[in-house]
Amino acid sequence: MSVRRLHAEQPESFAFSKDSEKLVKFWLGKYPKGREASAVIPLLWIAQKQEGWVSEPAIRHVADRLGMPHIRVLEVATFYTQFNLAPAGEHLIQVCGTTPCWLRGAGELKKVCESRIGPKGQVSADGKFSWVEVECLGACANAPMVQISNRHGDDYYEDLTAESLNAILDVLARGETPAPGPQSDRKTSEPAGEAVTLTDKSLYDGSRAKPVKLPHAASPAAEAAPVKKARPSAKKAPAKKGGGE
Amino acid sequence: MTQLLQDKDRIFTNLYGRHDWRLEAAKQRGAWNGTKAMLDQGRDWIIEQVKASGLRGRGGAGFPTGLKWSFMPKTVGERPHYLVVNADESEPGTCKDREMMRHDPHLLVEGCLVASFAMQAHACYIYIRGEYVLERQRLEAAIREAYEANLIGQKNVHGWPFDLYVHHGAGAYICGEETALLESLEGKKGQPRLKPPFPANAGLYGCPTTVNNVESIAVVPTILRRGADWFAGFGRKGNAGTKVYSISGHVNRPCNVEEAMSIPLKTLIEHHAGGVRGGWDNLKAVIPGGSSVPLIPKDVCDDVLMDFDALRDVKSGLGTAAVIVMDQSTDVVRAIARISYFYKHESCGQCTPCREGTGWMWRVLERMARGESSTEEIDLLLDVASQVEGHTICALGDAAAWPVQGLIRHFRHEIEERIDRYRAGKPVLVSAVAAE
Repeated sequence: MSVRRLHAEQPESFAFSKDSEKLVKFWLGKYPKGREASAVIPLLWIAQKQEGWVSEPAIRHVADRLGMPHIRVLEVATFYTQFNLAPAGEHLIQVCGTTPCWLRGAGELKKVCESRIGPKGQVSADGKFSWVEVECLGACANAPMVQISNRHGDDYYEDLTAESLNAILDVLARGETPAPGPQSDRKTSEPAGEAVTLTDKSLYDGSRAKPVKLPHAASPAAEAAPVKKARPSAKKAPAKKGGGE
Repeated sequence: MTQLLQDKDRIFTNLYGRHDWRLEAAKQRGAWNGTKAMLDQGRDWIIEQVKASGLRGRGGAGFPTGLKWSFMPKTVGERPHYLVVNADESEPGTCKDREMMRHDPHLLVEGCLVASFAMQAHACYIYIRGEYVLERQRLEAAIREAYEANLIGQKNVHGWPFDLYVHHGAGAYICGEETALLESLEGKKGQPRLKPPFPANAGLYGCPTTVNNVESIAVVPTILRRGADWFAGFGRKGNAGTKVYSISGHVNRPCNVEEAMSIPLKTLIEHHAGGVRGGWDNLKAVIPGGSSVPLIPKDVCDDVLMDFDALRDVKSGLGTAAVIVMDQSTDVVRAIARISYFYKHESCGQCTPCREGTGWMWRVLERMARGESSTEEIDLLLDVASQVEGHTICALGDAAAWPVQGLIRHFRHEIEERIDRYRAGKPVLVSAVAAE
């Protein structure tokens, strides 16, 4: 586990902005009455998006809002590692360092961050950047990769090299947004080069939208379409229209 | 030559996002086709079909999905039933659910309705990891489309009142454990619960709940449309179906791909991932099912099949079918040490053997990678790993112990060699990857 503590310097107060309030309302609408505590992670997230980090007043505010003891929200904020408990740079570079990315050169990316931004966890002098090493971000077929979080989003940049990460940081430094996704010549997690799978055009010509008769249907309920060849019913389920109890 | 899966038998036909993810396009690819007829067949029929298909949970443990569903109470009492979809994909090496959610979200939405109906749940939560922001927005958009088209909702065309919500985490691997996920969804720290009671009796908010992986749920509508025997026709007995594999590491074309279960590992790597970097003989080891399963050395990789039973027989596991390939240049001790660091970082801290053991194992492995150890300490490490395994509330302790055990089982000689070199004052071998 990782030990995380609140920042030494805290602001006086916290309040959700008008835009944030809309999001708060959206999230609170998802949970049953009396279960408002379920919204604690989404609300802390909204607070972090607004301020760039989660401060103690924000924790208290979220707790009061959800009718939770302060300590319970403090526990949550310190347990989940995506919550920044101290101010981060305007662009937070999260370098995935777990084995699949490490095998493909995450170490090089860390070196780029170290030389351009500074030591792990520290905000650069101009306040624009900070970087951390994080655990597996679930884009292993596009390793190595980083996630860059800022006010606008939390984009994945994949198939990186030291060179392409440098280029991305250049674009961010100019105040622009680099195009997210793989920085190689492939899209998403398809294999590079010529496609081996999903090349059959009949998958996409709409033939799959034609009404189907369910195989093994036990009652005449599945009357949808003319059958070409009836499959032998392997299991005769005692189902009838409208429920099988 | 093994029969490869044909395109016509692939469930995720937009795995790479080459086509539109939206409702209309998804319908053209077959989503939401015959859904009403499925529900009209009744919940017993659905559960029977899922059982007959041989579908085993795709989140790692491989528990039969239909059987899991049948554990839910037969009648709804005072407490409502819930379906919770585990989209907290965090197992290192695994990146399959992400593709399904951002490119084929309607298969998941449809699956949620069908599975919820089968378990008499009127509400379902999809718990997605916090880092998947784009995927979360995509899911929200797909759900909004489904509501607008009246496919789900309180008075939908399928006649089963149903609400679907997306919830998110904030960076905790442990929330992929089902009871930790439920704790997190209730607004607490993600610390696993003792079982029993099992979620089917007391899960979310103390109500009967079933937690399923994204892939397990998203494949169900297609199974019902094409028939349980169609799905059961792929893979060996007890290992049925198609499966999305994630292939990462030292291969020429890393990718996600849907293939049949029980495909030979070598075929999977060579046909779909462009082969091992530098050729098959340059292979050193493979972690075949995500970071928690023990690695297997090349000679095992030569002919092992990718399914639950075959990999269990070689003392590893299919897990999430995330294949991490390591070639001869890999410093395998460091590779496993990095995995140990991951488990140290992600331990929730609740059980002492895991909280203390994961950090201890990591520190020892870091030293061993430099040769600063002794042969006796290898045995001690093995002993500690077995003290962690099976002595914790959840399986994270096991998951931390297995990679270490696998390393010592197959590469003990490498650790010993380093210790000898270090003691003789010679430079300890440092490979290309380790040199970074």
